Amino acid sequence: MKTRYTFGGDEHVYVEMDDEMSLDAFFKSLSMSNAVRDAKIEGVTEICPANASFQVRFDPDVIAPDDIMAKVKELEHKAESAEKRLTTRIIEIPVFYKDPWTHETLMRFRERHQDPNGTDLDYAAKINGYASVDDFIEAHHSQPWFVSMVGFVAGLPFLYQLVERDKQLQVPKYLSPRTDTPKLTVGYGGCFSCIYSVRGAGGYQMFGVTPMPIYDPEQKVAHLKDFMVFFKPGDIVKWKPIDRAEYDAIVAAVEDGTYVPRIAKVEFDLDEFNADMRGTNAKMLEALNDA
Amino acid sequence: MTLKIKNPGLATSIQDLGRIGFFHLGIPLGGAMDRYALRAANMLVGNDEGAACLEAVFMGPEIEFTQTATVAVTGALLPIKVDGEYQEAWTSFVVKAGQTLSFDFLQSGARIYIAVSGGITTPEALGSRSTYPIGALGGVEGRAIQAGDELPTGGSQGLGAGRTVSEPLRRKPGTPASLRVLPGLYWHRLTDEAGAGFFEDEWKVAPEADRMGYRFKGGRPLEFVDREQPFGAGADPSNIVDGCYSYGSIQVPGGTEPIVLHRDAVSGGGYFTLGAVISADMDLIGQLQPHTSVKFEKVDMAQALEARKERKGMLARIREELG
Repeated sequence: MKTRYTFGGDEHVYVEMDDEMSLDAFFKSLSMSNAVRDAKIEGVTEICPANASFQVRFDPDVIAPDDIMAKVKELEHKAESAEKRLTTRIIEIPVFYKDPWTHETLMRFRERHQDPNGTDLDYAAKINGYASVDDFIEAHHSQPWFVSMVGFVAGLPFLYQLVERDKQLQVPKYLSPRTDTPKLTVGYGGCFSCIYSVRGAGGYQMFGVTPMPIYDPEQKVAHLKDFMVFFKPGDIVKWKPIDRAEYDAIVAAVEDGTYVPRIAKVEFDLDEFNADMRGTNAKMLEALNDA
Repeated sequence: MTLKIKNPGLATSIQDLGRIGFFHLGIPLGGAMDRYALRAANMLVGNDEGAACLEAVFMGPEIEFTQTATVAVTGALLPIKVDGEYQEAWTSFVVKAGQTLSFDFLQSGARIYIAVSGGITTPEALGSRSTYPIGALGGVEGRAIQAGDELPTGGSQGLGAGRTVSEPLRRKPGTPASLRVLPGLYWHRLTDEAGAGFFEDEWKVAPEADRMGYRFKGGRPLEFVDREQPFGAGADPSNIVDGCYSYGSIQVPGGTEPIVLHRDAVSGGGYFTLGAVISADMDLIGQLQPHTSVKFEKVDMAQALEARKERKGMLARIREELG
C-alpha cells in the first residue's frame, strides 16, 4: 500500500491510499480523513472519504496549496497508528430481488448490456460461476456488507462484501450507462453493491429493490426525521430477501410512519475480522437477530 | 412581493452561491454555474452578492412583477424586454408593479442571471436556496420553476436604474473558448502522447452539457498506460476504484469524450480523472453553448492561483465602479 498525493485543480487535495480496494485501504482513508477533520485546519471546506481514497477541498485564498498539502501529509502517521476498530451499527435492509420495476427497466435498456438475452441477475450468476440465479442471490445476501463510501448522488451508499477476496462477487457495469434506474434499486458494479437513493441515470447492474427509504429531503419518513441521509461510511448492512407481500407491507408501514429499521450496535475490528471472517460475521448477525 | 412566472423558459432555476459541507454525502455545492455573473447581477441591484437569483439557460422566462423592483440581467446576451421595451444587459433597470419582464432569442453565451432587489426568498435547504433537482433540494419544491409559480422576494426597491458594469468587466469566454487545466489526480494513467494530444486537439461542446457536467467531443481518443487493473476497479483501462470527484475534474470514460464536472457534480465514481479545470475558469463553462470550439490549456499551480487572483480583481473593480 503506497499513499499517493495529488491536487485536483487549485481547490482540492486528493489522497489515494492504494490503487486497489481493500478494507485496509478503507480504514486508513477513513482514519486519515478523520484526522484532517479533527485538525480543524483553517481554509478546509469539505472532507470527503471514499473507498480507498479521500479528498479535501480548501480555499486557496485562506491556505496556500503547498501548505495544506504539507499539513495533510503530516497526518499520515496518525492514520497508520490508529486502531482499526469501529463502534458502528448493523442494519437489516429488506430486498425484493427479481422485482417487476427493475425488470421493466433492464428490459428497456437491453441494448446497453453485455448479455441482451438474459436479465442482469442471469448474467451476474453466470459470470460468477453460480449454477442458478437463486444461488447467486443467496451469495449476495448471506454475509454482511460494509458501507465504504456515501456519494455519487444524494445519500447513495457503496457497499463492500465482508468475505474472502476470492469469494467476492464481481460484475462489470453496463457497457453504456442507463438514463433511468428506479429509486431504491439494489445495484452492483465492480466489487461494490449500492442502493440508488433517487431515481436517475446509472451504470450498475440491477438485482432488486428495497422498500426502505434511505434519502428524504423533506424528512417526513420516521427514520429520516433527524437527518435526510440514512447511511454513513462504516455502517454494516445485512440484506434480507423479501417477497412481494412483505415488500407491500413495508411500503405501507413506511407511509403510515410505523416502519422501524432493524438496527443493532456492533464493534468491528479489522484484525479480528481478517483472522476469522465467518466468525466475526456470525457475531454481528447474532447481534442483529437479538435487536 | 412575488414574481409571477407566466412562462418558465427552458430550465430556469433558483440559484445562489451553493451549499457547502455535504459533498461527502453526495450532495454537491450547486449554485450558479457562472458565479461571476451572479455576483455582478446582485451588486447592480444592491443585493448581497450571494442573494438567490434566477439562472436561465438558452431561453429566458416571462415574469410579471406584483411590486416595483430594481432588476439586472447578466451573463449571456439574451435581449431583455420590459412590457416589450428593450433594456440594457449588465445594467440595472426598474420594473414597475404589473409590468412583465421577458426575453428575445439567445445571441451569445448560454446562461443569464436575473437579480431582483431583495433577492428571491424561497426557503433554504441545508443553508442554501440553490435548486438541486436530483436530490429534490432547494428552489421551489426542489425543482426548476414552472408556469404559475409565485416566487417570494425580499421586496426592497433596490438602487434604481442606470447602474452598469463597464464592457471590459463583462467576463465571457473567448473564441475558441480556452479552459485552463491543472493536470493531476490520475494524469499518470495517460501515455505521454495522449496527454499532449488532449491539449493540442480542438474539442467541441457536446449536446450533453448541463449543471452536472459538460461533455466534449472531437479530439483524438486517449491511450492509457498498460497495467493489470487493480482489484475492485473494473475491467476498462479508464476505470479506477470508485473515488471522490473534484469540482472541475475531467473524466474520460473509455478514453473518448472528456466530461468536466460542474456545480451539480456527482461526488464520486469509477472513472479516472486527468486533472481539473482551474477555479477561475469554471464560470466560463457555464456560458458555453453546444458545438462551441474549446481548447484546453495546460497550466501549473502558480498560473492557476494568478488566474484566481485576476478574477477576484475584476469583481473588486465592479464593486469600485458601482460604489
